[in-house]
Amino acid sequence: MQLARVIGTVVATTKDEGLAGRTLLVLQPLSPGYEQVGIPLVAVDSVGAGRGEDVFFVRGREAAFPFLPAAVPTDASVVGICDWWSTNAGPVAPKSRQPRARRRSTRAAVKSRT
Amino acid sequence: MILGTVVGTVVATRKDERLIGSKLLLVQPILPNGEARGAPIVAVDTVDAGTSETVLVVSGSSARMAADQSDRPVDAAIIGIVDVLSLDDPS
Repeated sequence: MQLARVIGTVVATTKDEGLAGRTLLVLQPLSPGYEQVGIPLVAVDSVGAGRGEDVFFVRGREAAFPFLPAAVPTDASVVGICDWWSTNAGPVAPKSRQPRARRRSTRAAVKSRT
Repeated sequence: MILGTVVGTVVATRKDERLIGSKLLLVQPILPNGEARGAPIVAVDTVDAGTSETVLVVSGSSARMAADQSDRPVDAAIIGIVDVLSLDDPS
């Protein structure tokens, strides 16, 4: 599992039926020191996480386990919302969360489907 | 899952028989801002995606959980077509 910040959401009307009703979140993986690690990915939410929150997520086949017995075809799922964490050097002060009002919505090169 | 843009199709006459009937697309992985990242991959399409659409791609054994993929030799599947991507302003 890995730490991450929820940085956005994805809306997809046409999708696998196993994803129906599930929330898709854009995650930026983080190091324990709040540095960005790797590139953002899309994960299915299983705990009610929201934008700007710090979470931990699981990758791989196990990402489908929180939704059993439903078959959700996912390779990344948010499985916990972090209240705080600490390292051997002591507690890590969280960077301020993004205010919810400041959002940017992009219709990402999406064409209307005929 | 990763975001990607459909950049092409793959036609293969000779293939594993369990792939017969599967639609194969070339997907360029992208960052949420639309910038391409990494090399294009071949993915099985399960949602009837088309060229230049932004899609969700699931990788690894989870790809076999997509519709009708349970016994197929597949490690990447397109399982959604992105309508809107909403991001917090980076600042």
